[in-house]
Order: sequence, then structure tokens, then C-alpha cells
Amino acid sequence: MLLDSLRRLGEMVLGRLLAIGAALLMLLQSLQVLPGPKGWQRLTQQLYVVGVQSVLIILVSAAFIGMVLGLQGYTLLKDYASEQAVGQMVALTLVRELAPVVAALLFAGRAGSALTAELGLMKTTEQLASLEMFGVDPLHRIVAPRFIAGVIALPILVVIFDLVGVYGGHLVAVDWLGVHSGAYWGNMQAAVSFSDDVLNGLIKALVFAVLVTWTALYQGYMCVPTSQGISEATTRTVVYSSLMILGFDFILTALMFGGL
Amino acid sequence: MAKRWLEISVGALLVAGVVALLALALQVSGSHLNGADGHYRLSALFDNTAGLSTKARVTLSGVTVGEVIAVSIDSQTLMAKVDMHIDSQVDYLTLDTNASILTAGLLGEKYVGLSVGAEEEMLVDGDVIEDTQSALVLEELIGQVLLDLGKN
Repeated sequence: MLLDSLRRLGEMVLGRLLAIGAALLMLLQSLQVLPGPKGWQRLTQQLYVVGVQSVLIILVSAAFIGMVLGLQGYTLLKDYASEQAVGQMVALTLVRELAPVVAALLFAGRAGSALTAELGLMKTTEQLASLEMFGVDPLHRIVAPRFIAGVIALPILVVIFDLVGVYGGHLVAVDWLGVHSGAYWGNMQAAVSFSDDVLNGLIKALVFAVLVTWTALYQGYMCVPTSQGISEATTRTVVYSSLMILGFDFILTALMFGGL
Repeated sequence: MAKRWLEISVGALLVAGVVALLALALQVSGSHLNGADGHYRLSALFDNTAGLSTKARVTLSGVTVGEVIAVSIDSQTLMAKVDMHIDSQVDYLTLDTNASILTAGLLGEKYVGLSVGAEEEMLVDGDVIEDTQSALVLEELIGQVLLDLGKN
């Protein structure tokens, strides 16, 4: 009995380690060749798919999150007669925490799931296998441009999220609720540091971008080549990415702002 | 044609990212493009800093001219020693400049307020501001008021 459950535990851990190793190998293999001139074209194509097509959802959610932060911050800080600090609250919340996390979660749902489904279907319809038959490495041809595009796109989306959110907060706090505009920006500029807050937020975005894109590509590349397999792989991409984003966010926050 | 638009939109995304980053640097975190300018160091001794922290603003007539870089105890006088970096273009702080610890609003953050005196000579790097005024500690103030009320 005991030995059996021990064996199951070991089997599970070994399976996970094997999967991580396979994912790492896939990433290293796909990135070891520098892209040629055709590669830049494929990168642009993928930047359009994962980046440009995610802009709208990022803009809309950033505006609403900024507005909600402005509203919540105002009602909370009004009790202490320090509603001028609402700019500082909105900006720090967004730059340090909400923009990287929410943008990465949206990115996992919008771009990550699409990547998994695309690769899964390519595998199921044996397009990946036929590429190999032509002597074209699918890791280099298919996986690498998507990975690089994801890693470039998410930090850009996070920067846009930051800025739109801050202006969303401005709209509610200053234009509707009457906080003084100078106090909104002044408190914000006094509190937000470019190197400590904005750049650390961007480091978070970069880490999340690697995690989400990598997970999505691995799940698609390794999916069971059936319609059910694709659907399971897509679900796993969203679930694993989201959990990893939240878990790594805590670790990164503890390292960056928690004084560990 | 479709490919042209695709490339244009990707280019626009990259430009938007750079512009947003610049806007974050200038508008949100208030860094200045000429922020590489130097600064000089002043210190001041206070009886009580009431929780002044590093990176607090140093202001002159309400305009930020520097920041607090360290708060420590001076082992000889047992007073609080506040070290500050002042922007080097602010070279008109006289020897009898007064430093006081102020609070932004009732619960706002603490900052150092400077006011210039009438001396001819200016403070230079490493100088100590002699004329200081400690923070108003709310509890002490309330205690004083209660004492005065009791006397009447």
C-alpha cells in the first residue's frame, strides 16, 4: 500500500520533471538558430497576431480598471481627507501590480489559447510532420517566431496598459469627482520612481510573457492529436498560465518590493 | 496590400510602446530628461524627525529641490541626522538657511522644507544646516493643548 502510493508520487514528480525538461529542450532548440530575412517577416506576422490583435482588449480593460481604481481610491481616501493621494494610489497599483498581472492574464486568454489551438491543429492535421518531411525544422519555423513575438508583445501591451489606466483614473478622479489635477499628477510623480516601479513592472511583464508564451507553445506542440486533445491542451494553457502568473507574481513582488 | 497594412500596424504597435514608455517616464514617474544633473550633499540635525523617511522630498518655497538620502542618529549629540541631496543648480542656499520637517496635509508624508536666510555666504557640499525646526508631533501638540485647558 505505502510502497504503491510512494511509487505513484515518484511517477508523478518524474513525469512533471520530464515535461519541464522537454519544454526547456523545445525552447532551446527553437531559439538556437538566428532568424534569416524570411524569419523577420514571420516575426512581424506573429507580432500582428499576438500583439496588434490584443491591443483592443488591453485598451478597454485598462481604461475600466483605471477608472475603477480612481473611484475606489477616491471613496476610500475621502474618509481621511487625503483624496489628493488618489493619483499616487492609482499609478502605483497599476505600475507595480495590476497592469502586468491583468495584461498577462488577458494575454493568456487572448493570445496564449490561440497559439495552443493553432499549433495543436497543425499537429493534428500533420502539418508539423510534413514540414519535417521537407527537411524544415518546425521548431525553428513555427515555434521560434511565435515565442519571440509573444515575449516582445506583452511588455509593450503592459506599458500601454499602465498609461491608459492612469488616464482612466484621471478621468474619474479629476474630471468627474473634482480632485485637483495638479495634486493628481504631483503626488503621482513624487511617489512613482521610474527605475523602482516602472522598470520592475516591466521585468514582471517580461517574465510573464516568457511563461505564457512558452506554456502555450509547449501545450500546443505536445497535445494529443485529436479534437479533444486540442481542447484539453487549450484549457491547460489558460489554467497553467494563469496559475503561474499569479504564483510568480507573488515571488517577484516579494523580491522586488518586499525587501527579501 | 494586406501585408502592407499588417506591417504598418506592427510598426505602430512598437512606436506606441516606446511613446507610452516615454510618457510613463515623464508624466507618471516625473523623471526629467536633464535628470543626470549633479547634486550636493547637506545634512541637518533635528530633535525629532517624527518618522521622516529616505527619498522624502526636500523643498524650497514648496518646490522640490532634492531628496532625503539617509536618516540616522548622531552619536555625539543624540539628535537625528538627516542627509540630503540638493540639485546642484540650487546654489543659492545661504549659510543661515532654515530647515524644518513639515507634513503634507494631516496624514500626508513628511518632507523637509528649506527657507533661505540673509547671509552672504552659501552652503556647499558637506555643510550642516544649523538652524532647524523639528516636526510637529501631533500627540505632543494635543498634550500641550490639554495642559493649557487644564490651567484655565
